[in-house]
Formats: sequence, structure tokens, C-alpha cells
Amino acid sequence: MTVTPARQHRITVTVNGESHLAAVEPRLLLVHFLREDLGLTGTHVGCDTTSCGACTVTLDGRPIKSCTMFAVQADGGEITTIEGLADPDGTLHPLQQAFWDEHGLQCGYCTPGMLMAALPLLDLDERPTDAEIRTQISGNLCRCTGYANIVRAIASATQRAHAERAPDG
Amino acid sequence: MYPAAFEYVAVGSFAEASEQLARAAGEGKLLSGGCSLIPLMKLRLAEPRLLIDLNRVPGAAGIIAQAGEIRIGALAREADVEASALLAASWPILVDTSAVIADPLVRNMGTIGGNIAHADPANDHPATMLALGARFLLSGAAGTREVAAADFFQDLFATALGEDEVLTEIRIAAPPPGTGSAYLKYERQVGDFAVAAVAAVVVVADGRIRSARLALTNAGPVPLRAQSAEVALAGLRVDDGAGMDEAAALAGDGIQPWADLRGGTAYKVDLVRGLAGRAVRRAVARALGHHELSAAAAHGGPR
Ligand SMILES: Cc1cc2nc3c(=O)[nH]c(=O)nc-3n(C[C@@H](O)[C@H](O)[C@H](O)COP(=O)(O)OP(=O)(O)OC[C@H]3O[C@@H](n4cnc5c(N)ncnc54)[C@H](O)[C@@H]3O)c2cc1C
Ligand code: FES
Ligand code: FES
Repeated sequence: MTVTPARQHRITVTVNGESHLAAVEPRLLLVHFLREDLGLTGTHVGCDTTSCGACTVTLDGRPIKSCTMFAVQADGGEITTIEGLADPDGTLHPLQQAFWDEHGLQCGYCTPGMLMAALPLLDLDERPTDAEIRTQISGNLCRCTGYANIVRAIASATQRAHAERAPDG
Repeated sequence: MYPAAFEYVAVGSFAEASEQLARAAGEGKLLSGGCSLIPLMKLRLAEPRLLIDLNRVPGAAGIIAQAGEIRIGALAREADVEASALLAASWPILVDTSAVIADPLVRNMGTIGGNIAHADPANDHPATMLALGARFLLSGAAGTREVAAADFFQDLFATALGEDEVLTEIRIAAPPPGTGSAYLKYERQVGDFAVAAVAAVVVVADGRIRSARLALTNAGPVPLRAQSAEVALAGLRVDDGAGMDEAAALAGDGIQPWADLRGGTAYKVDLVRGLAGRAVRRAVARALGHHELSAAAAHGGPR
């Protein structure tokens, strides 16, 4: 089979609120685009086999595994990575603060993926149960913590988010 | 891991997809959720020269009730099947099935059409489709045809799809009154493929099971109907739990699940016998409107 260099595709993606125009080879994975082309190395590669969730980012609001999608597929999409969570002035996102307060991390390798996977739980009408939290992060592996503090951190952040939304505070 | 280089096209219609398949003459691959295909490409077990992305085909992911049928677009994500109020009320077995596939992140990408077309014997939707008597719309240059699930799955990873055909829609008859359905899967850990799983659809009337359809995941190269169990279940009283277990256990007769890291053949046969009884009981409970019972049973034990 003759190998011809693949045509580059021009894509426009919004990452953490900033629009990027880029030329990508079709086989470039989204995670490599984020880490190597945009320098956003907070999104990690753990297993590279769709199992561990270290590479989780949100695409149009839904958490997905960025090692299992090509950058070209994200054309026109809106992506949030771990770098997009904190305020520009450095104030941590409530979920980040909760991981700090509840000791939800040790080495930190899985943490960006855990946070991005847990993010939709903050927007639920009802506060999630611990079982629902565990289900939501069931595609994310942590080799350090044993998960208990991660679940506690997410529970505390969702509790706060819920209390702040409640009409009588 | 980098896949081999390929050309990429995002098509705007299924007709365009089948034109591209024809143009690639066997070296093109359709891309839906990518959750099976991209890992294979990264391992270079798949090296398509042309990747045809279906994700931008408009209106291909709907879940609707129309003309006495439930119609599900091939591009519907597992997460949307899982969250569908229409399916929870009509065919909860589909919600059961999507909910036990991989993990929530994969379910945000993976599609029901990709799961069926991939035809891995460990994929969960094929057995459910067989139990439901689903029909698939396949569209190619020669037009659109309808193929029954029973005729679609031909062998390991082999289906009735022609070289230029695309699976576009899944059609299932609306449930007749007294219908209950459930999918029960036993997995070693969250996100793993089934050690074994059973899809059960029953119709109940006047306190008895009128008819039952059972199908098995990962018990052979294709999803299998368990017809001797179906025959034995018909006519049983809905409060005859022991009778249901005994009849459903016939699902283990005559199957040869292969031994692998998930267990030996004899173990898997036993597992199918046990799961079949529980799946039938859950389907019957739902037919009788005992939703609390089925919800409680959903926690703990096999998913
Ligand atoms: C960690 C992990 C765990 C998993 N666990 C499970 C599990 O427990 N149970 C389970 O069932 N699955 C499981 N899967 C696989 C499942 O998630 C896939 O989504 C599914 O098998 C394929 O659907 P897809 O949309 O991702 O298809 P793709 O990966 O895009 O495509 C799969 C194949 O189908 C073809 N295809 C796709 N769409 C069409 C179409 N419309 N018409 C014709 N051909 C088409 C493609 O060309 C390709 O050959 C798992 C995957 C991962 C990564
Ligand atoms: S690196 Fe993507 S799931 Fe592990
Ligand atoms: S904190 Fe080390 S892997 Fe989770």
C-alpha cells in the first residue's frame, strides 16, 4: 500500500472559552492536540486504551475520553479542560476547592479527569447520592486514594452548589 | 499510540456515507462513537484508508414513537438511550442495556448503531435486539432495506451489512399491553464486558405468562435465542417463582460459551441458568407494574 501524506484539515475549536484555528492531520488524537499543540498538559494520558479516564475533558458540556476521539471530530465544538475550571485570578472552582479540603487526591495523576467527569453532577436538580457519584466516576481510575475522599469531595461540592441554588439559601 | 494515517471525511447524509464507502472499495470505515473502532485503530488492528464520520448527519440520533413503533436513530448515544423517558416507559430493557455498557464517559460517545454494527458477541445491544424482535434499516446504493435482528448477526463481528451499506435506524414494535422487559448482566467489574447476560421480554395476561422471548450475550459467536426456555415459560403463573426459575434455566441447555479469563464453560453455563431466572422475574414484575421491586433489584448483585 502506498502511503500518501494525509491532507491536513482546518478546524476551529473553542477551548476554555478561547477560539483556536488549527490545521490537524486526521489521526491526531484530541488529547495530543490539547497537550502538544495547545500546551494544555493538565489533561493526562494514563492507559491510552479508553479505560482510565485520566484524559477526560468536556465536549459541549459532556465529559468524554479525549484519547478516543480525533481532534478533527471536535471541529466547531466547545471544550473545557482542567485549566478552564479556576477563575483567571486563581480562585479555585468549588470542585477543586472541595478536593483540596477533603484530601481528594494524593499523586494527582487521575485528578483532572475525576474533576471533569464529576462536573455535570453540580448541575443536577437533585443532590446526587454517593451511589450516583460512584457511578458517575466509574470510568475513572485512581491508584492512590481508594476513592473514599474523592466521593466525599464531590459530595461536598454538590451539596454546596445545591445550597447556593436553593431559593432560601 | 498513533493509528496509521488515513483520509477523513465528515458526511452530511447517509447517502453520502454509502457513496464514500463505495468509493473506498472496502478500505473505508464508518465512524460513529469511535469507542470500539478508535482503540482498534490505535492498536493498528484496523487500518482504514478512509474514515467516514457519521456524527454530523442531521436528525440521525432521534428516539421517537411513530406508526406504532419505537424508532431509534443509529447515532443515538448510549447516554441518551439511558435517559430516555419514552424508552423507560415502553421498553425499559433498552435503558437497562445502555446503562451497563462501559462507563458514563464512554456512553456519552458510544452509539446504539455502532454497538449493533460492531457485532462483538460481548456487545450488549445485540441480544436485547434479538429478544425485542427489532428490525434494522440498512441503506446503500441499491436503496433501503429492512433486516430482522435474527438475520443480521451472522458470525463473530460479521453482519448482513453490505459493503456500501449503513445502519441508519432501529425499529421496534410498541409493547402490547401486559409487556415487561429486562436485561441482566454479570460483569467482573464496572466497565467490563459481560461474563454473561440475559435479555428477557414477557407478555403477561390473566395472571399467566402468555409468551416469553429470551436472548443471551456472550454465550456463542452471535447472540442466541433460548427457545426451550421460552416454550417452558409460556403458561406459567406469574406468582410461580420457582417454576419460572426452573423454566428459564433451560437457557443454559445446548450452549457452549468459550472458556476465557472471565470463567470456564461450565461456570458460564451455570451463570446463564441463574441470570435467566432473575431476568424473567424482573421482566414479569415490570409487566405487573411492580416498579419498586425492579428498582430495588437493580441495586446489588448483577447489574
Ligand atoms: C472501556 C470500554 C468498555 C466497553 N464496554 C462495553 C460493554 O460492556 N458492552 C458493550 O456492548 N460495549 C462495550 N464497549 C464498546 C462500546 O462502548 C462501543 O461504543 C460500541 O461497541 C461501538 O459503538 P460506537 O458508536 O462507538 O462505534 P464505532 O467504534 O464508531 O464503530 C464500531 C464499528 O461499527 C461500524 N459502524 C459504526 N456505526 C455504523 C453504522 N451506523 N452503520 C454501519 N456500521 C457502523 C464501524 O465502522 C466500526 O466497524 C466498551 C468500550 C470501551 C472503550
Ligand atoms: S488515557 Fe484516555 S482513558 Fe486512559
Ligand atoms: S491520586 Fe494518584 S491516581 Fe488518583
